[in-house]
Amino acid sequence: MNAMSANWIAIGTLDDIPRRGARCVKNGAMTIAVFRTADDRVFALEDKCPHRNGPLSQGIVHDGCVTCPLHNWVISLETGEAQGADEGRVMTVPVKVESERIFVSLEAAGAKAA
Amino acid sequence: MSKQKLVIIGNGMAPGRMLEHLFEKSPEAYEVTIFNAEPRVNYDRIMLSPVLSGEKSYEEIVIHGDGWYIDNGITLYKGHKVVAIDRSAKTVTSEHGEVAAYDKLVIATGSNPFIIPVPGKDLPGVLTYRDLDDVEAMLLAAQSREKAVVIGGGLLGLEAAAGLRERGMDVTVLHIMPTLMERQLDPAAGYLLQRALEQRGIKVMCKADTKAIVGNGRVGGVELGDGTIVPASLVIMAVGIRPNAGLAKEAGLEVNRGIVVDGAMRTSDPDILSLGECAEVKGQVYGLVAPLYEMARVAAGHLAGEAGAEFIHVDTPTKLKVTGIDLYSLGDFAESDDREEIVLRDATAGIYKRVVLKDNRIVGTVLYGETSDGAWFNDLKKKQTDISEMRETLIFGQGYQGAEPLDPMAAVAALPDDAEICGCNGVCKGKITGTITEKGLTTLDAVRAHTKASNSCGTCTGLVEKLMALTLGDAYNPAAIQPMCGCTDLGHDEVRRLIKAKGLKSIPAVMQELEWKTSCGCAKCRPALNYYLVADWPDEYADDYQSRFINERVHANIQKDGTYSVVPRMWGGVTSSKELRAIADVVDKFAIPTVKVTGGQRIDMLGIRKEDLPAVWADLGKAGFVSGQAYAKGLRTVKTCVGSDWCRFGTQDSTGLGIRIEKFMWGSWTPAKVKMAVSGCPRNCAEATCKDVGVVCVDSGFEIHFAGAAGLDIKGTEVLGMVRTEDEALEHIVALTQMYREQGRYLERIYKWAKRIGYDEVRRQIMEDDGKRKAYFDRFVFSQKFAQVDPWSERVSGKDKHEFMPMATLSLEAAE
Repeated sequence: MNAMSANWIAIGTLDDIPRRGARCVKNGAMTIAVFRTADDRVFALEDKCPHRNGPLSQGIVHDGCVTCPLHNWVISLETGEAQGADEGRVMTVPVKVESERIFVSLEAAGAKAA
Repeated sequence: MSKQKLVIIGNGMAPGRMLEHLFEKSPEAYEVTIFNAEPRVNYDRIMLSPVLSGEKSYEEIVIHGDGWYIDNGITLYKGHKVVAIDRSAKTVTSEHGEVAAYDKLVIATGSNPFIIPVPGKDLPGVLTYRDLDDVEAMLLAAQSREKAVVIGGGLLGLEAAAGLRERGMDVTVLHIMPTLMERQLDPAAGYLLQRALEQRGIKVMCKADTKAIVGNGRVGGVELGDGTIVPASLVIMAVGIRPNAGLAKEAGLEVNRGIVVDGAMRTSDPDILSLGECAEVKGQVYGLVAPLYEMARVAAGHLAGEAGAEFIHVDTPTKLKVTGIDLYSLGDFAESDDREEIVLRDATAGIYKRVVLKDNRIVGTVLYGETSDGAWFNDLKKKQTDISEMRETLIFGQGYQGAEPLDPMAAVAALPDDAEICGCNGVCKGKITGTITEKGLTTLDAVRAHTKASNSCGTCTGLVEKLMALTLGDAYNPAAIQPMCGCTDLGHDEVRRLIKAKGLKSIPAVMQELEWKTSCGCAKCRPALNYYLVADWPDEYADDYQSRFINERVHANIQKDGTYSVVPRMWGGVTSSKELRAIADVVDKFAIPTVKVTGGQRIDMLGIRKEDLPAVWADLGKAGFVSGQAYAKGLRTVKTCVGSDWCRFGTQDSTGLGIRIEKFMWGSWTPAKVKMAVSGCPRNCAEATCKDVGVVCVDSGFEIHFAGAAGLDIKGTEVLGMVRTEDEALEHIVALTQMYREQGRYLERIYKWAKRIGYDEVRRQIMEDDGKRKAYFDRFVFSQKFAQVDPWSERVSGKDKHEFMPMATLSLEAAE
């Protein structure tokens, strides 16, 4: 992750997110889903399934993936890519955890979205 | 033509199989009477070990249920021991004084366990391992979780030890020989087996001779020859069996070790046959099922008047039925000068294979850790194939005999038609594939029913399934054995059974113990496991919300745009001006875009933002509403008509009963959604006959229906039965639902579950078996203590607050 040039914004602590769960971060019109896996890794994706825009933050988190609540697409938390036979990719947002505090970088996210 | 009288003493597997053959050959020839010393029907004794370990229940190992005896016109005396045979009068007499005359008599008295004649052998707490009574006594003793000693390190003793260990006892096996199962295994395999048992916490003492069983009034321990005392509160003697030939001897029949019979199973009296473990054929007595079934085939042929059926000795492979230990042994493997052996060892993988050859032909095989080539070796041995051509690669198995290693499917395809697949029942490949084609069989159960393959010990199930796949090609739909998901090879039923049997009470415990292939499951198995654990351990299991689908996690229904819909309960579809006003106020206050009346007689508010849900629920709660659970795999609605309160045709208070059912059952989780209805008369305005459970009221009472569908499939209900009072109706419906909760597969609606297990079976358990029904009812009531909590008011009071609020809202500047 390109931490040097990123502008990191604190969004909360690890405890705010249940294990194998997600929370939302509102950023204007855009919603970011921040996930915490069973082994305490943290990932952030735009909260929008590439299939029909389902809110990924509401899905079931398993291993390194989330299953969309609308039509069961499985999305990799790390790459944002749809798994299995489905094709599509959701925008990933750079995220880091430093002593339990979680930061996201929106510049990189914006750049990727563009 | 008048029927001859056939009397059978003993109701074990051998005479049961003999009758099956006999009814097939000449169904009308005999009027059959059976005396069974045990008070039950014919069950699969090979499966006692799985019953002991908890992997199967008694019901699952019954071979012939009561219905089979009735259908075949058999008189079965349960719990009647025959005490005398009068050969001149041709009658037998039971201990209760029942006398039966015979034209032909079959003695199938089986065997008795051998009791070592040491002091203390009669102390309470000393058991044998022979029948279901023994298993039940062991299960009772196992509740203590104390120390058990099993005397005997043979097949039965080790299965008993493994079962008792599974049940939580501290188990020691005493074996008089230097290595375990020395008659079936060579010392190397015996050692590997001992190590595997020790790894599961079973202590093994070889060269241990029992001198006495000690204890004051009951068992306290076992004293060995060297004076050591092994403490125990339970002692199982499993050192061998002796043919039970006493009755035959008293009747003056020729008896040696067993009842002496010729190759056609005739005793020294031509009108008396004997078969099973009590019979001695050509100087041999038998204990494994395959030769006993062969005797059954021969005896049936003789009784049917066929000439020429002759019992022929064949070596039977031995397999140990302890989950996780793969062991296969066949034939003779003693060393001698004219014999050679080929051995393969893989210590890391725990594999040991040994093939013993004489004149380039296999005479014996021991396989440990990897037994899939057992059938192939058996086939080579049986046919006395000269193996010199493949000597170099023989030990690697069939897969290595071609130019390239074959896949397991190809290995099965390559087996000749006369290769034996099921050792217990002596079924060869050609019989299985032929029957599949001829009868158009598509399920494992059907193949078992028609061919008996994999119907006894079940270790060849995998082979039979491969044959089905080969024979049927794409038409083979292994739905019955489909794994739950990609994370496991186990099916739903298997997982449910093991959750109970192994006492697994959390998702990580299930995944660890049942060897899940993923670290954290997937969106298919986790909700299923969560349901099974909630249903099986209502008081102990902590519901894992992260394993619930979003709707059940936030108690509302997610919509395509990520908003939610909210449906409050309207008991029995009845509402009031106060409730309607409260709903109207909520709709206005939160600008809810759509209000819709549902098919289940209540009101749905759609398009609510997730953040607003707790506030919406708070307002609804003030008006007395609770969650309608319109999102749940659980009880949804009980639809009613107005019944005798208003309707001129109404026969009963259908509205009142519907409300009563809904108030009793709300909050319960079920495998899939459950919708009910109560109609006040047969005009059926509440459409009860297409629901999961429905009631149609009539003048004389309540007709209960079940297993309807009006969704993906359309199906009218089946009638469960008729009851007289509301109380009875409630009890039956609750019991039915609990039965479904305990047996259904996740997402399997009642109509699919009931079809799978059989409508008659449901009727039998709910309508006819008062004890079962009451027990189901009680278990449902118990689980409701933990389930009937309104999830909305919990969340209004702050539970899972994080679900409904963003973690952070970033200012626009920060995003720049």
